[in-house]
Amino acid sequence: MSTGDINGVDTAHLLFARGVVGDTPAAGDYTWRASNEWVHGTHSKTTIDGYFGLGEERNHKGAYEFEADHPLEFNAADNAATPVEIVLAGLASCLTAGVAAVAENREIKLRSVKATLEADMNIGGILGADPDVRNGFNDVRVNYQIDADDTSEADLEALVAQSQKISAVFDIMTNPTNVTVSVS
Amino acid sequence: MRTTTVVIGAGHTGLAASYFLSARGIDHVVLERGEVANTWRTERWDSLRLLTPNWQVTLPGLAYDGGDPDGFMTVPELVGFIDRYARLVNPPLHTLTTVTSVRPDGEGYEVVTDRGVWLCRSVILASGGFNLPKVPPIAAALPDSVRSVTAHGYRRPSDLDDGGVLVVGVSATGIQLAEEIHRSGRPVTVSVGEHVRMPRIYRGRDIRYWMDMTGVSDERYDEADDVHRARQVPSPQLVGSPERKTLDLNALTDQGVRMVGRLAGIRDGKAQLSGSLHNKVTRSDLKMNRLLTTIDEWVTENGLDGRYDPPHRFERTRLEASPPLLLDLDRENIRTVLWATGYRPDYSWLHVPVLDYKGRIRHDGGVVTGSPGLYVIGLNFLRRRKSSFIHGAEDDARDLVDHLAAYLEARVPVGVG
Repeated sequence: MSTGDINGVDTAHLLFARGVVGDTPAAGDYTWRASNEWVHGTHSKTTIDGYFGLGEERNHKGAYEFEADHPLEFNAADNAATPVEIVLAGLASCLTAGVAAVAENREIKLRSVKATLEADMNIGGILGADPDVRNGFNDVRVNYQIDADDTSEADLEALVAQSQKISAVFDIMTNPTNVTVSVS
Repeated sequence: MRTTTVVIGAGHTGLAASYFLSARGIDHVVLERGEVANTWRTERWDSLRLLTPNWQVTLPGLAYDGGDPDGFMTVPELVGFIDRYARLVNPPLHTLTTVTSVRPDGEGYEVVTDRGVWLCRSVILASGGFNLPKVPPIAAALPDSVRSVTAHGYRRPSDLDDGGVLVVGVSATGIQLAEEIHRSGRPVTVSVGEHVRMPRIYRGRDIRYWMDMTGVSDERYDEADDVHRARQVPSPQLVGSPERKTLDLNALTDQGVRMVGRLAGIRDGKAQLSGSLHNKVTRSDLKMNRLLTTIDEWVTENGLDGRYDPPHRFERTRLEASPPLLLDLDRENIRTVLWATGYRPDYSWLHVPVLDYKGRIRHDGGVVTGSPGLYVIGLNFLRRRKSSFIHGAEDDARDLVDHLAAYLEARVPVGVG
């Protein structure tokens, strides 16, 4: 079991955590939080800092900020990436973290990992032009280019396949989730 | 009544345990709620055959000796074999005796049955790992117009309503039932979750032959990379058939069965399907190829390439470009959902605090944790990868009876010290 000397992922610690969570499932409960504030037009700012995990309130090392806006052809200011692109960032970061963790566990030394993502969407949905067109992505494609020491094509493909299996964002995007939005 | 050891269940594992207990002269009884091999007799569908070839059907003291070593036993044939084994072992057997409670009693156990109470020093739970159907909670959201059937309750296609059938799960059970139901004229859609793809025949030999030869079947629980995960691996997509055919997702697709993603939810009469189908089949294809590579390497390392057919690979699992994410059950005329989502053991009568929060028994290779003298046998990867197969009973039963005998001998009489 690696403590992170190959790719910098402490899989021994992750497995220890799995043992703890496996015995007392409630210990695995996390609540993630974000707060968002409108700036102007379609421009808004999200701040992420505190969350609940492993039985207590926790904080990141510092607050992180993510801005989002919409592009010029919508007559918006394009001050930042669109929200749907940020979703792609989430998916990519999650899968890449998974690739590194699985590689660590399988003792594969990574030299470089690059992913390109594409998502198709028809804006007829969000514009209300066609009720049969969904608002969101109708297809998402991810391609990985991985350079690793002494690793076969099949092993690299298996890395990427396994990272999907253990990915939170992949699950969030492929399975339905209850979302409730309230006003106070 | 008193005895040293109570074995609960007279299936193949309980009988194998009795075989080794008798060999060591340990006084015991075998309690069985029905007849020998009761689950096989009463709780499986008509067309089922054993997934392992006849030559591999061995129990301690009895091996298959019929004329069709490469064939696969029907359930009545298997019941006949286990009956014959019971006559050979000749255990102190009490049939039609249902255990209603097992609880700690002093340094031993009290086993209550509908035919009296046994007090004993040790208990072997050989009641099997496949007693009750595992059905996901989302089943409760099915509309009334759709009938919910489990593989446990299913017997034959003609018992189902006419119309389409959604088979949930594509392990050994799901693919077999999908095929026979589709053939009966009820169009089948299969919902594909985790599954283990395996060809029936590779390089001229049954895949079980290769798993034995390469040592995969004998891999021990305490040497496995991740036994926690290995114990949750679904049963391989294998069927036993006279023609020794491979039944995988491509074969089902060729017959007109439709594949969709894992069933993630049911809402407003619509099945919500996961978009992870591509990943599920890719992982399964890759895993199968790793097994085939293990086999090829073993053959080459042993200088046996000339003896077997040349290595080859199977077609990747084919998928439609955009599998649906929603299935309107009414519009698709789906009248039945068949849950082939696995089985679980029934421990409702086990009043010993040894279960985890999911109701699974905590054990170390069959030695139950925290309750000395209590053993379990016949679960998935209990001590070896082959543990849940018929031929897996022998090594596990021998090991556990060895442990049990040492436990009985080591016990210090009460009041000494």
